[in-house]
Amino acid sequence: MPFLEDNMTEELKNSKKTTDALALNQPIQEENEYTTLNLGPTHPATHGIFQNVLQMDGDKIISGEQTVGYIHRAFEKIAERRPFYQITTLTDRMNYCSSPINNFGWHMTVEKLLNIEVPKRAQYIRVIMMELARISDHLICNSILGVDTGAYSGFLYVFQEREKIYEVYEEVCGARLTTNMGRVGGMERDLSPTALAKIKDIVYNSLPKAMAEFEKMMNRNRIFMDRTIDVGGITGERAMEYGFTGPNLRAAGVDYDVRVMEPYSSYEDFDFEIPVGHNGDTYDRYMVRNAEVWESLKIIKQALENLPEGPYYANEEHYYLPPKREVYRSMESLIYHFKIIMGEIEAPIGEVYHAVEGGNGEVGYYLISDGGRAPYRLHFRRPSFIYYQAYPEMCKGLTISDAVAIMSSLNVIAGELDA
Amino acid sequence: MISNQEIVEELAAHFGDKVLEFEEPNGLLTFNTKAESIIEVIQYLKESDRLRFRFLTDITGVHYPDAEGKELCVVYHLHSFENAIRLRIKVYLPEAKPDIPTVTSLFAAANWMERETFDFYGINFTGHPNLKRILNMDDMDYHPMRKQYPLEDATREDKIDALFGR
Repeated sequence: MPFLEDNMTEELKNSKKTTDALALNQPIQEENEYTTLNLGPTHPATHGIFQNVLQMDGDKIISGEQTVGYIHRAFEKIAERRPFYQITTLTDRMNYCSSPINNFGWHMTVEKLLNIEVPKRAQYIRVIMMELARISDHLICNSILGVDTGAYSGFLYVFQEREKIYEVYEEVCGARLTTNMGRVGGMERDLSPTALAKIKDIVYNSLPKAMAEFEKMMNRNRIFMDRTIDVGGITGERAMEYGFTGPNLRAAGVDYDVRVMEPYSSYEDFDFEIPVGHNGDTYDRYMVRNAEVWESLKIIKQALENLPEGPYYANEEHYYLPPKREVYRSMESLIYHFKIIMGEIEAPIGEVYHAVEGGNGEVGYYLISDGGRAPYRLHFRRPSFIYYQAYPEMCKGLTISDAVAIMSSLNVIAGELDA
Repeated sequence: MISNQEIVEELAAHFGDKVLEFEEPNGLLTFNTKAESIIEVIQYLKESDRLRFRFLTDITGVHYPDAEGKELCVVYHLHSFENAIRLRIKVYLPEAKPDIPTVTSLFAAANWMERETFDFYGINFTGHPNLKRILNMDDMDYHPMRKQYPLEDATREDKIDALFGR
């Protein structure tokens, strides 16, 4: 008998079956079996086309790897064959939630290369449009974060306002999403009375009300706070290592804002604050974006009150497309119109890096001109491409539903990421 | 605050002739260095208490097919938040052997920037943890941003470049 018992014990010890281990009152020794889960490429929660291959231990994320490039459209290659004014349409399609910022950023880069001084009025109009774009970008990000954490109505409150901002775009440039706004050297037309009335209605009347309502619903909402506080936090130090910029970096406590550090387009004239968080988690990112909407409203109000009189474009006939009326009436304008449209204008030799504060952070344009009609090399610094690298690190140890909230709060835009 | 001139003096004193060709296109300090000294230059810029270039803005590549022996160029943009100043470092590499050490050990952000530069220019970042294509598909067998690959089909006859100012 002792022989048999010993034999059985040995056999049971080697077994990994749960029932056997329980019978022997031993701890269960199982090898962890990880599940591979594809979040994306076409998943409604990723809000864009990118794939996240996540290793899951039960419902905890162990590690992840992203696959990007699904909507890569070779903008940098295309730009090497296009005259400067045609590149504006490429910049629209990067961060399509705040296209005017990208457009003006590109125009300012070319103006820097050409040494063009843009009149104050044009600069102020640009500031107004860029801040409206920032508001619409932040509204989308925050309200979609609400949708992803289960609060649909906030999204509907503020989307009405985004629609009004798009109406202003329509009034100013004729388009809503891919705006192609402005020209090298200024704006294509002055702000019309209708546009001014619409902007005033947004900033003095409807947007503050909607934002107050939205914030009342979300900011101290128990469910929302539980879903976002301490979810996907990142330290300021680590965020800088990962190249974070914009609201995501400021949420981690680093007060870097291109508008303040390297003022462009007369931002030095305006009085506004840079909101900063300190945990760098989803809730802080949300709060920083909300606070930035209020700051943008402040900037727009100041710009409207102090809107200077004067021309809305620089008198640079070689580069600024002449007004249509002039094209029909004067010989020179017709010639310049033809030359610019056919891309026969040569830019000087030079090398420029210009950065603007986009909706997601520092949008940079690195332009090398060899004196030709198109850039020799044009590189876009796309903030979401750079900070999306940190995503697996931020989701580690969290669940899928947290990962979805983190992605929304990072505001990763596929068009900008893939260029 | 620190001026371009002070940075030039400090770098020249510390690195001697490893850093060369200082210039200031549009006010942005630019200089060249060699592939083998890129790590120590960037590390010095990052860790120096005075300079504090602790933010890597961008890494990208440029192709100059006519420059013999230095056809490819890697461009680094660094930023010092404390001093509110940027600088640009260029490293020229021969097309035959485009090897340069990775800076992923200094900046986590360099990972994808270097993958993108590899993808489009074929620059080999030695020591990179995961150097594979990022935006293009994996089975592509060329590096599309190099100048020998024209954007449009060169055999087309219905588009005459001379007429369209290209």
